[in-house]
Amino acid sequence: MYKKTNVRADLHSTKNSSGKMSLSTKDKETVKAFWSKVSGKSEDIGNDALSRMLVVYPQTKTYFSHWKELTPGSAPVRKHGMTVMKGVGDAVSKIEDLTAGLMELSELHAFTLRVDPANFKILSHNILVVFAIMFPKEFTAEVHVSMDKFLAALARALAEKYR
Amino acid sequence: MVEWTDFERSTIQDIFSRIEYGVVGPAALARCLVVYPWTQRYFGSFGNLYNADAIKGNPMISKHGTTIMHGLDRAVKNMDDIINTYTELSVLHSEKLHVDPDNFKLLADCLTIVVAAQLGKEFTGEVQAAFQKFLAMVVSALGRQYH
Repeated sequence: MYKKTNVRADLHSTKNSSGKMSLSTKDKETVKAFWSKVSGKSEDIGNDALSRMLVVYPQTKTYFSHWKELTPGSAPVRKHGMTVMKGVGDAVSKIEDLTAGLMELSELHAFTLRVDPANFKILSHNILVVFAIMFPKEFTAEVHVSMDKFLAALARALAEKYR
Repeated sequence: MVEWTDFERSTIQDIFSRIEYGVVGPAALARCLVVYPWTQRYFGSFGNLYNADAIKGNPMISKHGTTIMHGLDRAVKNMDDIINTYTELSVLHSEKLHVDPDNFKLLADCLTIVVAAQLGKEFTGEVQAAFQKFLAMVVSALGRQYH
């Protein structure tokens, strides 16, 4: 019923050990290149992404009831935004094996923080929105897909120890 | 029945009066086809979608992107009755086009990112919340006639 759609050559060059939807060589190169351009603004990115998440998805505030304040740009939000982006940067450096590289962080999120993994997707979306706002020229569709895949792979590695 | 605050109403009117449908629509659709390649399944007759450049330069995709924006315009002009505004379009997407309604959310996310890039710092968290609430209503209305 449907015509065979155009086959994408880059999908067939994937070399991975897990067999799941995985990062191609091109994805990894794209992620590293983009990260090197934007990592200098990590603090602002983290602050904006986290602030945005708390406003646009108010249910996420439930994880931060222990903070003195939750207003966008406030000290706890800015500090935590930086923590999150340090984690993202760490993941970039461990991109060849995210599962192994993020094992401790996964245990933290699984046993101590117990953040529902659905929220990783929410935060990822807001990080991408901030990339689009701060780097409109660099955040092309090609960069977008690689970063989206990377953040999804990061989220999977973080959820690894959950059950 | 959805309730809109004054801020949400004026934000939606403002955004849609500022963005160029012929630019944002094509950019959002092309981005969707690149970021979520399985969505290309609905565009088999649109010609060359072989890579990102081909998609971005494809005139049929461009035209359809603009069409989508004019479809959204209906909701912008009927914010208090989005559900009924999209009855026919919902039937069309279900019965004739056979589009999996999960795809509407993917396109909505790409549209959010394209509009964010356009508006820059003015796309604050509050503006984003209003925009995403509006798109969520549209997505829900478009999926309503599926059975």
